[in-house]
Amino acid sequence: MFNYATRRVLSALPIAIIAVTVCFFILRLAPGGPFDGERALPPLVLQNLRAHYNLDQPIWIQYFNYVWRMIQGDFGPSMVMEGFEVSELLAIGLPFTLMLGMTAFIVATIIGVIAGIIAAVNQNKWPDYVLVLAVMLGVIVPNFLMGALLQLLFGVYLRWLPAGGWSGGNWLQLVLPVTVLAWPHAARISRLMRGSMIETLGSNFIRTAMSKGIGERLMLTRHALKPALIPVVSYLGPGLSYLLTGSLVVESIFGLPGIGKYFIQAALNRDYGLVLGTTVFYVMLILVLNLLVDLVYAWLDPRVRFR
Amino acid sequence: MANVLEVKDLNVTFSLHDGDVSAVRDLSFVLGQGETLAVVGESGSGKSQAFLAIMGLLARNGRATGKAVLGGTDLLALSPTELDRHRGLDIAMIFQDPMTSLNPSLKIGRQLAEVLVRHRGQSDSAAWRHATEMLDRVGIPEAARRADSYPHELSGGMRQRVMIAMALLCEPKVLIADEPTTALDVTVQAQMLELFKTLTDDFGAALVLITHDLGVVAGLADRMMVMYAGRAVESGSVDDLFYAPNHPYTFGLLHSTPHVEDSGQRLRPILGLPPSLEHLPTGCAFHPRCAFVMPECRTARPELTHRGGGRHAACFYEGELKEKEAAE
Repeated sequence: MFNYATRRVLSALPIAIIAVTVCFFILRLAPGGPFDGERALPPLVLQNLRAHYNLDQPIWIQYFNYVWRMIQGDFGPSMVMEGFEVSELLAIGLPFTLMLGMTAFIVATIIGVIAGIIAAVNQNKWPDYVLVLAVMLGVIVPNFLMGALLQLLFGVYLRWLPAGGWSGGNWLQLVLPVTVLAWPHAARISRLMRGSMIETLGSNFIRTAMSKGIGERLMLTRHALKPALIPVVSYLGPGLSYLLTGSLVVESIFGLPGIGKYFIQAALNRDYGLVLGTTVFYVMLILVLNLLVDLVYAWLDPRVRFR
Repeated sequence: MANVLEVKDLNVTFSLHDGDVSAVRDLSFVLGQGETLAVVGESGSGKSQAFLAIMGLLARNGRATGKAVLGGTDLLALSPTELDRHRGLDIAMIFQDPMTSLNPSLKIGRQLAEVLVRHRGQSDSAAWRHATEMLDRVGIPEAARRADSYPHELSGGMRQRVMIAMALLCEPKVLIADEPTTALDVTVQAQMLELFKTLTDDFGAALVLITHDLGVVAGLADRMMVMYAGRAVESGSVDDLFYAPNHPYTFGLLHSTPHVEDSGQRLRPILGLPPSLEHLPTGCAFHPRCAFVMPECRTARPELTHRGGGRHAACFYEGELKEKEAAE
């Protein structure tokens, strides 16, 4: 298990390097720059600004400087929000974004797994059909529309829940954003779980387990759950990255104080430092989370550890 | 000899999209204490489904009617929960494919121990210890280390030994082995048969050996039952059936088995294919392939009748079966 973990950590490093490189150069290829406003700046001012942020150096020197500073944990300054370091802005927005994302992720995973098991055990009966309907809604309605619809229904007409905002500690304000974020994730997981559970229940070793008379409950929890979770777990990594990127949009719909607010502004303003910092930070986050997922995977399926 | 299992009028039906299909029809037989019964037939003859039905392990679209009385209890009349009190305790089953019949994500010891925890009420640690002893008894070297392994770390033969150990943990009265040697290579097969012989003798369990390998039958079984298209077509002692089969299908099976001294000769197959269960021939299901077919075989179905000496056969032809006639 330890060897496996070491191997996985080492193989994550090249991915991180490639991701940083691609992000850096793609951003520079996009037209426009941080100092292009509606009114052009005087050439001297522009030149000084570019010199201040080292944008006048050859691009490969900028690249190596950036990577070198990043290894030391310094994401550089924001180029549009005067006087802010990227890491400061991340530190302000991150706790909320992570809290929102992880809450939605955990809620969605638990609901998705349980719903998938219920659907599999009641295959082609009414609970299965109810699930199909819920899944379809979750997958086909985009989050910005779902968010607005739920705000309208529960926030404006029924007045059961606040329609948006965050006053720090009122958990009711999180119900709608978490629902919008979690729904598609739970939907995909429940479909995966249903399929893989049905497949597992048809396998020979489940027949063996039943032949021993251990009963349906133990058969499900001890024998079927772990093997059936394997495809679900391998989806959790990519699933989490969908969810975290979706959270950027949901934060701005519900007016929540997360990274999303800065990120969308930064992208519109071509704030190289902030966009790059945020993107690289997300890449790292997703790499770490994928790594955790892989370790869970190895725990679920002992054969993986030996490959 | 007391009977441990009595099966009467067992019918197994599967509902498919385009109607019901009978996999087992009117199957009746008894199993004596400590006896070894071989159930022989081609794929699709219903031999496996009959015993899966008795164990309550049919696929979701299958259902069984009839009786299967084990120690005074009709297993087919029980709810799944009631049946769970008998499965693994009084009656146990070993499956064909040891590579897929063990749970890949659970340690071997756990998969064995849970049987004892369930049926004997043992603590986890006591059950694990007994499981290790049983692994040792079926000839697994370093049993304690193996108990702590996952199935993929064991060879096919070792896994089948694990399956046998698992089935014997509670010393069941009836052990059903569904093609226990099919997935193994020949040398391991021989070891496995030897093991079956020793263990069923030691434990006094009656053994049902589902197989299409007549070599296995000859080496191990006391009695045999031949199935064709869901029905028993002949039953009796292994010696009787091997030396003087009464049913042309049994005769064909025996004569299609190659022998060492036959080298250089052509194989003698039973011509034709097993019938589709959805479209069985009229009359005797075997008549299109039968070398001894008579006009009445095409219209009427012969019942299983007593032929003396505890033998039964379902055939209108009562004369001696000779290869010369079969070859014509």
